Amino acid sequence: MFSESKLFLLTPKKFDYYAPATLGEALQLLREKEDSKVLAGGQSLLALMKLRLAAPAALVDITKLKNLSYIREESDGLAIGALTIHDVVEHDKTIKERFTLLTDAASKIGDQQIRNMGTIGGSACHADPAADMPTALRTVDALFMVEGRNGKRMIPAGEFFVDVFTTSVGPDEVLTEIKIPYLPPRSASAYIKHSRREGDFAIVGVGAVVTLGSGSGNVCRDVRIGLGAVGPTPLRATKTEEYLKGRTLDDKTIAEGAEFANEGASPPSDVHGSAEYRMEMIKVFTRRSLKLALSRVK
Amino acid sequence: MQSMSTENVTVKCKINGKEYSGLAEPRTLLVHFLRDELNLTGTHIGCDTGHCGACTIIMNGKTVKSCMVLAVQAHGANILTVEGLADGDKLHPIQEAYWENHGLQCGYCTPGMLMSSLFLLQRNPDPTEEEIKRGIEGNLCRCTGYVNIVKSIKAAAKKLQQEKGSHPA
Repeated sequence: MFSESKLFLLTPKKFDYYAPATLGEALQLLREKEDSKVLAGGQSLLALMKLRLAAPAALVDITKLKNLSYIREESDGLAIGALTIHDVVEHDKTIKERFTLLTDAASKIGDQQIRNMGTIGGSACHADPAADMPTALRTVDALFMVEGRNGKRMIPAGEFFVDVFTTSVGPDEVLTEIKIPYLPPRSASAYIKHSRREGDFAIVGVGAVVTLGSGSGNVCRDVRIGLGAVGPTPLRATKTEEYLKGRTLDDKTIAEGAEFANEGASPPSDVHGSAEYRMEMIKVFTRRSLKLALSRVK
Repeated sequence: MQSMSTENVTVKCKINGKEYSGLAEPRTLLVHFLRDELNLTGTHIGCDTGHCGACTIIMNGKTVKSCMVLAVQAHGANILTVEGLADGDKLHPIQEAYWENHGLQCGYCTPGMLMSSLFLLQRNPDPTEEEIKRGIEGNLCRCTGYVNIVKSIKAAAKKLQQEKGSHPA
């Protein structure tokens, strides 16, 4: 149906489209169809296809699968269905109460229209190093439930993100659920990002989870810090984490610990900021993220 | 299972309360389907890259950019476009508010801006200025500087609340 003039518009290359009704059918299609790719909300994939940076031969649209959009409190953690859209994550009361950093991250993704289509599972599988949700999920040690020919397997966040735009999900597997283990009492979390305009990708994104010891003081029992946009995958600022554990968290110790936050980071240089600038911003935003999380501990 | 080859396939959806059916290749973007196949040209194509929001429509109750959705994904969907706002010659209160507050200049972004305004006001009938700005962050306007758009949405909120007050459900 495309006239000559239309071909100058951004149109994906031709592909076959399948909208299976069951997960079994989806898995079978992914196995059988050469060069097929899963389509969820499409807010990253379609953009790549329109620019012809991606040109899969077939799309398997999993959005017609029932029951992959949910948020459930289960005994071992919060279960989020892979097709849950960012807008739902952003406004969910349980998530806001228990994993505020996911609320923060979801609210900072793209814009309202993108949050209305884009899914948490799609964002995780796209694995853009500068995206907000992967960093937040890496910070909270999320577990990724993947289903394929040989049944289900659970992948920890540290092994899920492999490289730029690359996860350990196989080409004939589908991410179905993200499980987030509950935090101990006296925990709180935050995610903040540095960007020049609303809706932009992060120049630096930092997630923080702080757990204080029992009693009233600010002794750090556990801390987790996730960094986005400063390496091929979301990273953990392990040296800062180790420094802060057991110390009383205040402006001084947080500043001291944040000095190590960029160890292991390898940020890119681009129009949004030089690598050098980002290395400095990691420290600044690590401090801010930790302070925000700390201020939220009840 | 709905399965489709690269050939044209039939896409059926409900738009502005009316059933529509048309042909689309799987790669056809929803905005092109609306405009070229169904002749609903009120929805504009701005950037074609998912940035500008001129093509914003409401699909199954939520705003989406119709250049970021395949037509085949809209099969069976319930869609509202800018053509569905006015009631005959009577403008929708949001359209009236844009008219009265000079909320547009060239008008290119307006169809998308109106749909985002509607979604925002349905969810939040009395938004603050900050909430309005956040609500339209996915819609770019290169004429107005947004000042009169924000003013229009504030005025629309008042109109809609008054309307609700005068016609208790």
